[in-house]
Amino acid sequence: MIELTYLRYEVLRTWRNRRFMIFSLIFPLILFLAIAGPHKNLKIENVPFPLYYMTGMIAWGSMVAVISSGARIAAERSVGWTRQLRVTPLPTWSYFNAKIFCGYMMAILSIAVLIAAGTSVGVRLDAEQWLVMVGLLLVGLIPFAVIGIMFGHLFKIDSLGPAIGGVTSLFALLGGSYGPLVTGGPLLKVVKVLPSYWLVQAGKTALRGGGWPLEAWVVIAAWTLVSSVLAVRVYRQDTMKD
Amino acid sequence: MTDISSTTLLHDKVVAAGLIKSYGSVRAVRSLDLELIRGTTVALLGPNGAGKTTTIDMIIGLTKPDAGMVSIFGRTPAEAVKAGMIGAMTQTGQLIDYLSVRELVTMIARIYPTPLDVDEALTISGAISFADRQTRKLSGGETQRVRFAMALVADAELLVLDEPTVALDVEGRRDFWHAMRAFAARGKTVVFATHYLEEADAYADRIILMSHGRIVADGAPTEIKATVGGRILRATLPGVALPELQALNGVTSVDRKGDAVTLICSDSDATLRGLLTTYPFIRDIEVRGAGLEEAFLELTLDDEATE
Repeated sequence: MIELTYLRYEVLRTWRNRRFMIFSLIFPLILFLAIAGPHKNLKIENVPFPLYYMTGMIAWGSMVAVISSGARIAAERSVGWTRQLRVTPLPTWSYFNAKIFCGYMMAILSIAVLIAAGTSVGVRLDAEQWLVMVGLLLVGLIPFAVIGIMFGHLFKIDSLGPAIGGVTSLFALLGGSYGPLVTGGPLLKVVKVLPSYWLVQAGKTALRGGGWPLEAWVVIAAWTLVSSVLAVRVYRQDTMKD
Repeated sequence: MTDISSTTLLHDKVVAAGLIKSYGSVRAVRSLDLELIRGTTVALLGPNGAGKTTTIDMIIGLTKPDAGMVSIFGRTPAEAVKAGMIGAMTQTGQLIDYLSVRELVTMIARIYPTPLDVDEALTISGAISFADRQTRKLSGGETQRVRFAMALVADAELLVLDEPTVALDVEGRRDFWHAMRAFAARGKTVVFATHYLEEADAYADRIILMSHGRIVADGAPTEIKATVGGRILRATLPGVALPELQALNGVTSVDRKGDAVTLICSDSDATLRGLLTTYPFIRDIEVRGAGLEEAFLELTLDDEATE
């Protein structure tokens, strides 16, 4: 009950933060329309370029959304809000869950906007394929949501912007969001251990049918596990300072 | 601390025993024991750096002591927090944005098991007049009222306020303490930290005076004054060494500025007789009752001198 109550107000706050909302939706959208728009008929890795680029921009945009949501903890920490919450009966997990939920809410909005844009430049998938794609994306975002919570306890507000920008850009670039970085050779093995690679692959996977290979699930699970352990450690260190 | 074994009593008080906390080489709290009886209002009084905030943070479980234990009506701080038994206004803290004052206080109210009516909390704290305003559009004093409302709305057994009137003007302070008293009158236990002597004197049943991480005096405001004798004697007395004056009957401490001496006395009558007999050339004698201010300065300075 408590959980839902707190969640409701967190959703309200995210919804009212229009500037944050617009800016996190608009950049992937602009990039997508500017780059995929003129190349509607191109194919890349046997996938229509607009589909590939749509998934790439979704991966980037939704990654930023979930990381930023968790990282907002840094701001609430800096004004003493998290300390205030720690003397209330609200469990810390509920607080984190609310941040993750709001991150996913933003991610889903970002996905919806880019799917609409994709459809407008001719991306066509059947209902099942859309579902598989969105499903894979939502699962693939889990480690990034956890990384967001970790960032919220790791960084101060002034270093948070560059940290989120840098890390998400790197993940996006290496994962192939802006176009496949490597298509073969030993480097491919390296980028395949990144969760962002599998986010970008979600569109291609859905088009081909079926789901991710086992390798992808292992990568996502491993990143989730490792980032959770790190997040718990960072959280402990941060609250121990008192 | 023999009462700790008695569970029935333990349920009716907040106990801290042997609390120690250091930050690096700074010993913030050194072996502190206290007992707060349910339903009383207690002031933790002391200058900055006395260890008030650290003590409070250990009581409410925000800070883990290096040693010692805290029991809040028979529970650990974590259990008490989880059960919603603590309403707290920590020393620093702003509000989160994108909510109105009423929404924010409602959100906190719903986290607690048996909250106060939100409008009632807003009324007591004086935040009702701007309840529909967004939190980021508040002045410092208004923010402080909202933080008070957040602590009140919990309707918790133990209300902890760390320097609650810092951002308030004179009128705001008076309103605040009236509100705090109204709340305490409902049988709640209130602990507040302050370095305003008059606040501790006027609004607490009991004052715990802290200095350098220790309790240096503990009692009713009148007892605190009695502890240091309650009289200050000033006079012009050239050429007499301080140890000589210190040796007089009824003197607790002495100070000199040029020819002017200040004696803090536990028995000023005896001191005066001694002075007049021994130093017939003494002049400009002035004796007056020591306020809490002097009691405070004497106790804390004394402590410093013995460091």
